[in-house]
Amino acid sequence: MSGAAVEVEQLRKTYVVPERDAGIKAAMTSLVRRRTRSVAAVQEISFAVQSGEVVGFLGPNGAGKTTTLKMLSGLLHPTSGRAEVFGFTPWRRDRDYLGRMALIMGQRSQLQWDIPVVDSYRLNKAVFQISDADFAARLDELTDLLELSDLLRKPARNLSLGERMKCEFAGSLLHRPQVLFLDEPTIGLDVAMQRRIRSFVAEYNRRTGAVVMLTSHYMADVEALCKRVIVIHHGTLLFDGPLAELVRTVAPDKTITVQLSEGNTASRADLAALLGGSVAEAPVEETDTGWRVKVPAADTPAVAARLLTGLPVADVTIEDEPIEAVIEKVFAVTAQELVQASAQIPSAQISSAQISSAQIPSGQTQGQP
Amino acid sequence: MTAPSRTSLDGLEPAPDFSRFSWRALRQYYRGEFAASIAVNVAYRGSVGIWVVTSVIQPIVMIVVWRTVAGPTGTVGGYTASRFVTYFAIMMLVNHLTFIWLMWEFEWRVREGTFSPLLLRPIHPIHKDISDNVAYKVIGLIGILPAMVILILAFHGDLSGMDPLQLIAAVPALVGGAVLRFMIEWVLALSAFWMTKTTALNNFYMSVQTFLSGGFAPLSVFPPLIAAIANWSPFPWTQAFVANVAMGRTTGVHILSGYGVQAIWIAAAFGLLRLVWSRAVRRYSAVGA
Repeated sequence: MSGAAVEVEQLRKTYVVPERDAGIKAAMTSLVRRRTRSVAAVQEISFAVQSGEVVGFLGPNGAGKTTTLKMLSGLLHPTSGRAEVFGFTPWRRDRDYLGRMALIMGQRSQLQWDIPVVDSYRLNKAVFQISDADFAARLDELTDLLELSDLLRKPARNLSLGERMKCEFAGSLLHRPQVLFLDEPTIGLDVAMQRRIRSFVAEYNRRTGAVVMLTSHYMADVEALCKRVIVIHHGTLLFDGPLAELVRTVAPDKTITVQLSEGNTASRADLAALLGGSVAEAPVEETDTGWRVKVPAADTPAVAARLLTGLPVADVTIEDEPIEAVIEKVFAVTAQELVQASAQIPSAQISSAQISSAQIPSGQTQGQP
Repeated sequence: MTAPSRTSLDGLEPAPDFSRFSWRALRQYYRGEFAASIAVNVAYRGSVGIWVVTSVIQPIVMIVVWRTVAGPTGTVGGYTASRFVTYFAIMMLVNHLTFIWLMWEFEWRVREGTFSPLLLRPIHPIHKDISDNVAYKVIGLIGILPAMVILILAFHGDLSGMDPLQLIAAVPALVGGAVLRFMIEWVLALSAFWMTKTTALNNFYMSVQTFLSGGFAPLSVFPPLIAAIANWSPFPWTQAFVANVAMGRTTGVHILSGYGVQAIWIAAAFGLLRLVWSRAVRRYSAVGA
C-alpha cells in the first residue's frame, strides 16, 4: 500500500431505481411489468488522501459527492471498485473502523431529539467507550471552542439550526475521529455561524491531524479549509489538485480595476494604445470612476505598471475571478468538451458512461418482467 | 497505512479496540443507552401514560366477554368466569413486558434515513432497540402493575393455584418469551428494508400473533386442531405459556419442557435474525441510505 490514509480505486456506484410514466395506465402496467433504470451515481473515481489533509469535494447537486462520502463512511456498498480508509474497507463496517470515523450531515441529526444535548453526549461516551477523564477534557475543550455551555442542558429539538449544528459537531468529535466526513456541514447557517464552524474544523484538523473530507455548496467553506479540491460532475472525477491550480487552469485571468483621480477622461482608444500588443484586445469595461481590464495572470504586472504610469490612478485592485464563477466555468467547460469529444472521436474511444453523463440522462432503461 | 496512534495531548489517542468483543464495554454501553432511553421515556411520560391506559382496555373487553360466555357458575375450556379475569389480567402484564413496536417504526427509519446514524456507531443497532424497549417496559410497569391488581380486585379474579414457586418459575418463562417475541418482531420489522409500506403486513401479523399467543382466549378454549396449530407455532410460548405457569395451570415437568421449546424457538429466531439482518444491511446500503 502506498501509505495514504484514504485510498479509492475505480469506485463505482449504480442505483437501480423503479421508473414509470405518469398516469393510471402506467401505474397499472407497472404492477405487472416493473421497469427499472440504473442510474450511475459515481463512475469509477480514484484518488488518495494523506493523513492530515483537508479535501473539498466540489460538484453540483447530484454529482455523486454524497454518495462517495457515504461509501467511505460505510453506509453504502459500492457497485464495484475498492476503497480503504486506514486499511479498513469502510462498507464492511468493522467496529474498529466505525470507532475512528465520523460522518456529519448538515441535513440530518445524530443527536437524540428529546433529551438534553449533554445526555446525548454521555450516550456517545458509552457507545465509543470514551474514558471518564477523556470525556470530561474533550467536552470542556469543545464547549470552549464552540461556546456550548448554554446549550448543553437543552433538548436538541429546542435548538436553532446553528446551535444544533454546533452541538452536532461536538457530539461527533467526542471520540476524536481520525477521519471526518462532512456533508454540507454549513448548509442553512448564517455567515457568522458558517465562519465559526469553518474555523472549528480547521482547528480540529490542525490539532489532531485528522483527515477531513467535505462537500459544500458554499465556496467560502472550500476556500477557507481546503488546499486541495476534487471536482466531480455526473459521477466522474474532473479535477483533483490544489484549489489555486484549478483557478489557474480554468480561470487564468485576473481583473485589474483602476480608479482614476480626476473623473474618467481616458477614452477606450487611449486605453488600447496604452496597453498595446496582445493585451490590446483584453476585455475592457468602463466603470463610474475608471476602468476594469481582464488580463492573463502572466501579463498582470506589466499591464498594471502601464496603467499606473499612463493614467492618473487614485486606487488599483487586482483580483482573481470569484471562485463561484470558476466552478461554474469548470462544469460548463467539461460538459462542452465531452460533447465535442463525442462528436469528433469515434464513439468506441469514449466510454458510453461519459457521453451519457454529459448529455443524455445517465443510465439505460431495462425491462424486467 | 494503519491508523495513527499518537499520544500527545492534542493528537489522536489510539481509539479503543472495538474489534474485540468485551462484556465490560457492552455493559457500559447498556448503562449509557439505558440512561438515555429512560430520559426519553420520561420526556414522553404523557404518551407513555396514554399507551398504558390503552393496553388496559383490551383485557377489560376480553374479561367482560368471557365472563359473559362462562356465566356465573359455568366453565369454558376449564376456565370459570373469575379464572378468565386472572388470565387476562396476567396476560396484560405479559403482553406489556413482551411486545415491541419497532415494526411500526422501521418503515419510517428506512424512509427518512434515520437508520443511518445507527449504522455509523460501532455497535449493533439492535442493542439500542433492546435498551429502549426495556426502558419503556420499566416506565410502563408503574402503570401496568397497579392496573393488573385493580383488574383482579374489581372483577374478583380467582387466584387459586398461584403459589410463590409457580410465580418464580414464571420469571424465566417471561424472560424467554420476551426474548423470543423481540426477535420475531425485530425480524418482521426488517421487512421494511424490502417493502415501502409495511402496515398491512404488520396488521396481519398482529392478528395472527394475538390469536395464537392466547391474547383473545386461553388456548384450552380453542378447538383441538387450532390449539395444536398454536402449540406448534412460537406464539403461545411468548405469552400464554407464561400466564399458565404463573396461574399454576402448567406445572412440574411441563414447565421444563416449555423452557426447552422456548430455547429451540429462540435459537431458530436468532439464526433467522442474523440471516435477515445481514441481507437487510446489504439491501439498505445498495438502494441508498
